Amino acid sequence: MSGIEIEGLNVWFGEYEERVDAVKSANLSVPKGGSFGLVGESGSGKSTILRAIMGLAPTWSGKIDILGRAVEKPRSRDFYRAVQMVFQDPYASLHPRHSVDQVLSETLSLHGFSDIDKRISQLLDDVGLGPSFRFRYPHQLSGGQRQRVAIARALAPEPKILLLDEPTSALDVSVQAEILNLLTDLRAEHKLTYLMVSHDLAVVGHICQDIAVMQLGEIVETLSVEDMRAMKTTHHYTKHLLESSLQSAAG
Amino acid sequence: MSLSDTPKAGLRAWLLTDTPTSRRHARAASLYQAWLSLKGNHMAMLGLGILIFLVVIAALASVLAPSDPFIQDLSLRLTPPIWQADRDPGIEGYILGSDSLGRDILSRLLYGSRITLYIVTLVALMAPIVGLLVGTIAGYTGGWIDIILMRITDIFLAFPRLILALAFVATLGAGIENAVLAISLTAWPPYARIARAETLTIRNSDYIHAVRLQGAGPMRIITKHIWPLCISSLVVRVTLDMAGIILAAAGLGFLGLGAQPPSPEWGAMISEGRKFILDHWWVATMPGLAIFTVSLAFNLLGDGLRDVLDPKDGSQ
Amino acid sequence: MSKLLEVENLWVKFPTRNGVFDAVRGVSFSLGQERLGIVGESGSGKSMTGRAILRLIRPPGMVEADKLALEGEDLMGRSEKEMRKVRGQQISMIMQDPKFSLNPVMRVGKQIMEAYRLHYKVSKKEAKKKAMAMLEAVAIRDPERVYRMFPHEVSGGMGQRIMIAMMLIPDPKIMIADEPTSALDVSVQMQVLEIMDKLVKDRGMGLIFISHDLNLVSSFCDRVLIMYAGRVVETLPADKLHEAQHPYTRGLLNSLPRLDAPCERLEVLKRDPAWAIEESVSG
Repeated sequence: MSGIEIEGLNVWFGEYEERVDAVKSANLSVPKGGSFGLVGESGSGKSTILRAIMGLAPTWSGKIDILGRAVEKPRSRDFYRAVQMVFQDPYASLHPRHSVDQVLSETLSLHGFSDIDKRISQLLDDVGLGPSFRFRYPHQLSGGQRQRVAIARALAPEPKILLLDEPTSALDVSVQAEILNLLTDLRAEHKLTYLMVSHDLAVVGHICQDIAVMQLGEIVETLSVEDMRAMKTTHHYTKHLLESSLQSAAG
Repeated sequence: MSLSDTPKAGLRAWLLTDTPTSRRHARAASLYQAWLSLKGNHMAMLGLGILIFLVVIAALASVLAPSDPFIQDLSLRLTPPIWQADRDPGIEGYILGSDSLGRDILSRLLYGSRITLYIVTLVALMAPIVGLLVGTIAGYTGGWIDIILMRITDIFLAFPRLILALAFVATLGAGIENAVLAISLTAWPPYARIARAETLTIRNSDYIHAVRLQGAGPMRIITKHIWPLCISSLVVRVTLDMAGIILAAAGLGFLGLGAQPPSPEWGAMISEGRKFILDHWWVATMPGLAIFTVSLAFNLLGDGLRDVLDPKDGSQ
Repeated sequence: MSKLLEVENLWVKFPTRNGVFDAVRGVSFSLGQERLGIVGESGSGKSMTGRAILRLIRPPGMVEADKLALEGEDLMGRSEKEMRKVRGQQISMIMQDPKFSLNPVMRVGKQIMEAYRLHYKVSKKEAKKKAMAMLEAVAIRDPERVYRMFPHEVSGGMGQRIMIAMMLIPDPKIMIADEPTSALDVSVQMQVLEIMDKLVKDRGMGLIFISHDLNLVSSFCDRVLIMYAGRVVETLPADKLHEAQHPYTRGLLNSLPRLDAPCERLEVLKRDPAWAIEESVSG
């Protein structure tokens, strides 16, 4: 069964003369338990696809199937139990006046769990934070710790699919390694399906099995990570991206 | 990454910790840290001191006042304050002088502080709450609800404040409660605007998106996630506006539409003293100074609170 | 090689409620006509070092140093007014995001012109000629058109090139670039770096390049200082970066995912508290 199936997805902002097409007839398919990466430069529409799936983009057309079922408008609570998202900037995705405990217990109670205390400790354990972090406020946490809290929040409803919007781009490289390892472990442990957006080919190459390259709102090429590593690309833009990231990484 | 350790007392260390161990501990620690930053602002502390002094005076007015504020003694009318008494020797007991009916101005000021506090509290309870409700609902829902609510706000904003209050009092009848109601009805639109503007910036932040992705409804998002962030800037604004509210109440009193005689409301006292202002300056000046001091205190405190609470500067 | 800048035992301190916080702790280095990279993670004190050189630390923050000298002349003893002459004219600084560094309501050309006229008394006409030449120097194809644009009308890469033009027009001796390309896409990054590199080399300037990106710095600079917890833990010639000895530097290098060398799990940096206590290495 497919995890995420997207066909002919268009997303636009504004109407008539002011209409801006952020995503143009995008197709992609992520098998259940798979891990798929969306790559592109800023403004290529890669994050917009995630937002459209989650129901955060106001106007879209096309087909979005999650676990074999078309999504509802507006999304139901069952949908949010199956699909969760981790945002790019952990400094912006946590409420500045809510402690870790408040964030997680609210999420859990919204999804109708009753054994909240036990689950909070379990979640904090899962993301490698431990009980001492439970009552801290965001300003008492480092960037990496915040992102772990955000991941714990996304894991709270026990989703099947996790959408990751540049989860490490705001973090230092050593912290990035920790978070990427955590994501790898969680996927194996909870049998999650990942759809990850990043501008960093190396990060996507590490986490994902297949990638789609986006440019100006269109998916220009979909290929496996092995092909990408072997530079077996057909599209010149993919080649250009690969070359510039190898150039800046090689030194 | 090194903070040189300074020895700390047990409670202080417990309150300053970065690793709270329970819900109550976390809340106490963040309150204490806010208090510490407020304490660092000397002007704000001066303002707070004056306001605490005002509350104490109001509570103890019956003990502190040298005489009954309503007792008239026409033979001792318009007695000057004590330091000018040498011009008119032999009269004791009127520290700040007496008014045109021979009532003790100091006692009237002390009792008047109760009325001032009453007005301030009632307005502070009504206007910001109405404003917060209207502003956050308009800002979060958007669309036609936003348009309707904001046009109503605009209509209220377009009226000169004192004139609108005058109209209300004229229809409802003069009196202190109606004055408060009138002031509240004219004071809420700016709060609605602030709350709406704050909501618009908060609405599209990732942490609101995140809670929407948990299936939270608009009521929950507004009350639990948006209000806590709007309230701090409203508290600041209310404190800064308090001076204006006291002045508006005094103005209504001055025009004879607020507190009615013989009530020792400060604005009404100035109004009475106006007739004698050239020959007997103290009658209007003393309540004027009282209004000035309290307004200044609110302004100083509001400025300090802004430094502590404004989410834009953050507590980071 | 003559020494453009000498820094000895530089400290940046911030008093906080819980005692004094040392953002930079005894950093020493010197800069010639070369490209010096300062690398570190957030909070390592690398940006603070850059700002401290220009004495841009606002009170209550404090800068202390045994020596902070530009071409042998002391900077620590100078007044704020004298420092203003140093900033821009002798040492200039490029920040991370051009969006916040350019005045949004002033045309690009005028800003560059003003930057020049602030330090040199010349006619407007002459300044404009100079500004146009500078825009051409940063590889802007149609300088006449860009000259009349507002900052919000230009892309990120072009904005950063405009910033470079603005910072270089008074002919400074040293340029401090604080994460100049982190807000840009990979493909634009290289282009901006090449332009910066060429201009710095042609003018015989010294460059301090502050970044979190080890690989970028090693490919672009001559020498690298690696900072951790406010100290320099290691200093290396850039081309020898991959032979780094310090466990922190090694850990940083190994924690990067690599396109050409896939692995199951990434190596995680184990922080040793001893790194924060060690003496600062001078570079």
